[in-house]
Amino acid sequence: MPTRNRKLVHSGGLALKNLHVHILAVLLLLVSAGVVAYKVIELKLPLKPVQQSEVWLVEAKVVYKAVGGPAKIGLILPIKGERHAVLDENFVSGRYGLTVEDVQGQRIAQWALRRPKGEQTVYYRLQVTPEASKSKDVKSKPFSEPQNYPESWGTAITALLDEVRSKSADIKTFTHELLIRLNQTEVNDNIKLLKENIRTQQDWVQRIMLILKGARIACRQVNLLMLNDGMRHGQLTPWLEVYNGQRWLAFNPDTGTSGYPANALIWYYGNQPLLNVDGGRRGQVDFSVHRQSHGMTQLAQLRAEKNHEAVMAFSLFSLPVQTQNVYRILIMVPMGALLIVMLRNLVGFKTFGTFMPILIGMAFRETELLWGVFLFSVLVGFGLLIRFYLEYLRLLLVPRLAAVLIIVIILMTLLSLLTHKLGIDRGLSVALFPMVILAMTIERMSLVWEEHGPKEALQQYIGSMLVASLSFLLMTNLYLEHLLFVFPELMLALLALTLWLGRYTGYRLTELWRFRVLLRH
Amino acid sequence: MRLPLWFFPGWRFRTLGLLGMNQRNGDYISRYNRRRFYPLVDDKLRTKKLAQAADIAVPKLYAQIETEQQIHELPEQLAAYQEFVIKPAHGSGGEGILIIKGRSSRGYRKLSGVLISIEELKHHVSNILSGMYSLGGQPDAALVEYRVDFDPVFDQVSYQGVPDIRTIVFQGIPVMSMLRLPTRQSDGKANLHQGAIGVGIDLATGLTTHGVWRNDTVDSHPDSGYAIQGLQIPHWERILYLAAACQELVSLGYIGVDMVLDAKLGPLMLEVNARPGLSIQLANKKGLLPRLKTVEKLAEIPTHPEQRVALARALFADER
Repeated sequence: MPTRNRKLVHSGGLALKNLHVHILAVLLLLVSAGVVAYKVIELKLPLKPVQQSEVWLVEAKVVYKAVGGPAKIGLILPIKGERHAVLDENFVSGRYGLTVEDVQGQRIAQWALRRPKGEQTVYYRLQVTPEASKSKDVKSKPFSEPQNYPESWGTAITALLDEVRSKSADIKTFTHELLIRLNQTEVNDNIKLLKENIRTQQDWVQRIMLILKGARIACRQVNLLMLNDGMRHGQLTPWLEVYNGQRWLAFNPDTGTSGYPANALIWYYGNQPLLNVDGGRRGQVDFSVHRQSHGMTQLAQLRAEKNHEAVMAFSLFSLPVQTQNVYRILIMVPMGALLIVMLRNLVGFKTFGTFMPILIGMAFRETELLWGVFLFSVLVGFGLLIRFYLEYLRLLLVPRLAAVLIIVIILMTLLSLLTHKLGIDRGLSVALFPMVILAMTIERMSLVWEEHGPKEALQQYIGSMLVASLSFLLMTNLYLEHLLFVFPELMLALLALTLWLGRYTGYRLTELWRFRVLLRH
Repeated sequence: MRLPLWFFPGWRFRTLGLLGMNQRNGDYISRYNRRRFYPLVDDKLRTKKLAQAADIAVPKLYAQIETEQQIHELPEQLAAYQEFVIKPAHGSGGEGILIIKGRSSRGYRKLSGVLISIEELKHHVSNILSGMYSLGGQPDAALVEYRVDFDPVFDQVSYQGVPDIRTIVFQGIPVMSMLRLPTRQSDGKANLHQGAIGVGIDLATGLTTHGVWRNDTVDSHPDSGYAIQGLQIPHWERILYLAAACQELVSLGYIGVDMVLDAKLGPLMLEVNARPGLSIQLANKKGLLPRLKTVEKLAEIPTHPEQRVALARALFADER
């Protein structure tokens, strides 16, 4: 018996093909999940759209009086990355030459000008946002050298420290106890002596440090800027930090409470002057603070860009705002496409045209759902009536389609005019319906109507509207939009799902209904 | 708690071996039907010419119309014929088919008895040419052919129209057949979704089994009341042979072959479908999957259609 091989199968085995799809889909999912995870964990991009965060705009205004001859101004800049993340900083320095130097762990801006005259002003501007401070390891352990005090002070300090030591357990409680005592309103002679000659807050902090050193406790001065919205002519506030053997602890030198105020920005450590003017007099720094509200997203974006993250180079936020708005819509289309795949291949919906419901759904963005469905139905209804009349005229196909298109636009115009006269401005948004889609819907519907009867036509119409409404609801979901816009790599995940569905060979929901006769015996 | 079985109809269908739309497309059509052979079946004119060349009986072609110009010559071309059928070359689902069963002084008489003028006939042809019935509205051709004089065997169980026999042929082996009977509701058309009755056929004997109409099992024709079970399809061997032979004709692995019975000429092949529907499973109350798998498992497939028919009748006989 002559036989032949089964040459009819023209593609590889199904198992192999399925494996291929699975591997591809898993790869896509992994890439997508990886990038999203990186963005969420490392770059702290928010997963939710509504989070707001505060951004503080700080301006340091440096004023001095030039005395003739070259002038050199040094301003200590804030330390980066403690309690606050720096989003942006810039200098307004006019004709001055500017260099930023690192001197013993401090950043110092150096302005220089050969012949400044009269009152001079330069600015330093800074944009910061609060950030959970990373607890840094203290690199070199600080220690305190033994102090030699003048005779009278020596006994006073020793007496005070002994008293405090007896009432405390560790460095933290010791410092607290000491500060309470020093700040009491009714003080004994010892403390009165120790509080002599205190004129400024900085003197006060230095004096406390001097006393603490008597107990061999390492401590330092911290200079804070309190971020108060609308503050002008602000100054830095000296604060106290002590070292407990593991880390630095902050204390309010006036009350003894530990920690920093919530709104404190650490400017620098140490007791050297903030501003150093060579060749000038009456140098002064004024701080003004202004609060801005930013969407978390933009913020994270800014922060990431500041850190030169390569991933962010491909962010949609780098596009011009107008283009961004277009992409906010476009990026939702894959979502709609996936929905169509599911509704058609898993459920078995019948619609006019494969992706037409997505386009209608997108048009609903402008009209809102109920109005959209209503206006669309009105247009299709009138269009169908006229289309049936055209059928009677026996026109050729393309002229007939063109005629339907023209009529659709006429109907849209009339509807807009009418609703405007009636004062219903919603009706105006009808102009945003894709009219070619409308015309094709009318044409297809009339064909189905003629060939399969009104029932089938109405069924498909309702199916289309249902899918369009669902895709509208899905594509206008703020949460999804945010997710896809901030994490465009999620589109790879959508692609993976679509590939998987492409190899789905199970039954459709409607088939279960269609073949139900087979279940009876 | 155990869920009742009806809760998982999908699972029940699996055990019945029911082929779903997704699986048909993914596992059969896309694997066994090469896209480049589709034009052979999508264009009925080409199918007809291929069939004639291979000695497969088809209704005779009277005229083919490809341009608007030719429409004007149509009345003269048709002058010799009392009866004929006009159909689009790229039509699907029996759409756009116009059957003329006679003529009078005022025009042509449709199957339903309604008269249409020569102008209306021309408009219909023009619609066909402009692509109204073709996929994607592509320009199309119309063909005019012999109107089948149906074998009276089905007269009592069909309402006007065209009773036809659909056979699924997988890799050249007929796997399942059904008889499609038009009803008043289907307006003479033989498509199940348009309201025709589907009647299962035992491949081994050519005897009809049971019918399905509008998702319900039926034993008799809803219009005439005559029984539709146990009818012997004439020329059964020949029908299966023609269906099996169509595989070589179009080089497609998974096809549906539609055949009609002419009173004088016997079985005639009407068209080949590269995406045959799934309702045949309803008519036979059987899933296609077990049969398709049986064929896939065959070590070799006979070259000759006769051998393949014999194989099919042996493999797929209904158990009694």
